[in-house]
Amino acid sequence: MSDNWPLWEVFVRAKRGLAHVHAGSLHAPDAELALRNARDLYTRRQEGVSIWVIRSQDITASSPDERDSFFDPAGDKVYRHASFYEVPEDVEYL
Amino acid sequence: MYGNDFGEPLNAAETADYADAVQEYFDGLIGADQRIEPRDAMPDGYRRTLIRQIAQHAHSEIIGMQPEGNWITRAPSLRRKAILMAKVQDEAGHGLYLYSAAETLGVDRAELLDKLHSGQQKYSSIFNYPTLTWADVGAIGWLVDGAAIMNQVPLCRCSYGPYARAMIRVCKEESFHQRQGFEILWTLSRGTEEQQAMAQDAADRWWWPSLMMFGPPDTGDAAAPGGHTEQNMAWGIKRFTNDDLRQKFVDMTVPQAQKLGLVLPDPDLRWNDERGHWDFGAIDWDEFWRVLKGDGPCNEQRLAHRRRAHDEGAWVREAANAHAARQAARQEVA
Repeated sequence: MSDNWPLWEVFVRAKRGLAHVHAGSLHAPDAELALRNARDLYTRRQEGVSIWVIRSQDITASSPDERDSFFDPAGDKVYRHASFYEVPEDVEYL
Repeated sequence: MYGNDFGEPLNAAETADYADAVQEYFDGLIGADQRIEPRDAMPDGYRRTLIRQIAQHAHSEIIGMQPEGNWITRAPSLRRKAILMAKVQDEAGHGLYLYSAAETLGVDRAELLDKLHSGQQKYSSIFNYPTLTWADVGAIGWLVDGAAIMNQVPLCRCSYGPYARAMIRVCKEESFHQRQGFEILWTLSRGTEEQQAMAQDAADRWWWPSLMMFGPPDTGDAAAPGGHTEQNMAWGIKRFTNDDLRQKFVDMTVPQAQKLGLVLPDPDLRWNDERGHWDFGAIDWDEFWRVLKGDGPCNEQRLAHRRRAHDEGAWVREAANAHAARQAARQEVA
């Protein structure tokens, strides 16, 4: 029964040149079947040219309730953006 | 972000028929301007060229931290210091994106670092020049990063997917680098006479090495023997010739220099109405080759510093491994 099957996360590459993007998850007994199930579940309308599957338990994720403190270090570094710098308006290609 | 594709490279087999089939498949993709992805079969030459180029690019990013890192403790204000640290952090990040892209081709990054440390693989010769004054930090952002962007924007359309995706991210981040450099010089150019002279001196020293960053000419006496431009363009790794990119850079930069009130150190620099481009003087390619082969002002210092940083970081890597092993052992018990 699928209750015992591990959860897999599915990543689909829509076309050559684009990165694999997370599409969703599914249950499957092993990697081979996870890949086939992912094809049937997430690319029925040819949404992809390549699929990755990875056991959900092998993914380590940051925690939503730590979001503020976790990402805080970048919060006050507005100078990492080009728009921070004042240059004369009539200079091209900057 | 790229991820290795997992499994055996598809061109592991080595029969002639197989090689022909690989070539046909590969040529079909390139002909249709499609991207090559890690699990695609590809000619060995294509794979080798990409590994060499991406590795050299990655090495340049991390060696490039040094000339600017020199000024972190001496930046003239807290604002400038924070900016410079952010920029040097970006260079480290760019190096890591690129090592990651190289690893999708089946090499290990430890092996690439070894080759950098032993001198078997190169980095951009621009980083073998010293940063003598604060204005050099401005000149590097404006000229060196400006030239790098000119080189890198077409690489966002490179035929190898993971490299192209890394470059998209790098280019987005580089635009701040160029602007902050211009801003430093813009500030100095409106400052005291000494500050203006400092900006001019930096432009004098960085202009020619920046033009050399595009590499030797594609044709003529100074062209590199056995140059790869033609092959790399056929493979979609390169989209423009070195000379085309260099000309674009000159055309973009001269008006910016005028705005800064800086005189670029080239008596032959003049607008050519007929060509619709700026003409510029002859580049000293002997200097380029000399510096590339190890005889620049800072080659030894850069590599020695890089090796020392790597060796002195060994205990951190070991400690991290020991910690991970202990955590794993604890989990097994629990």
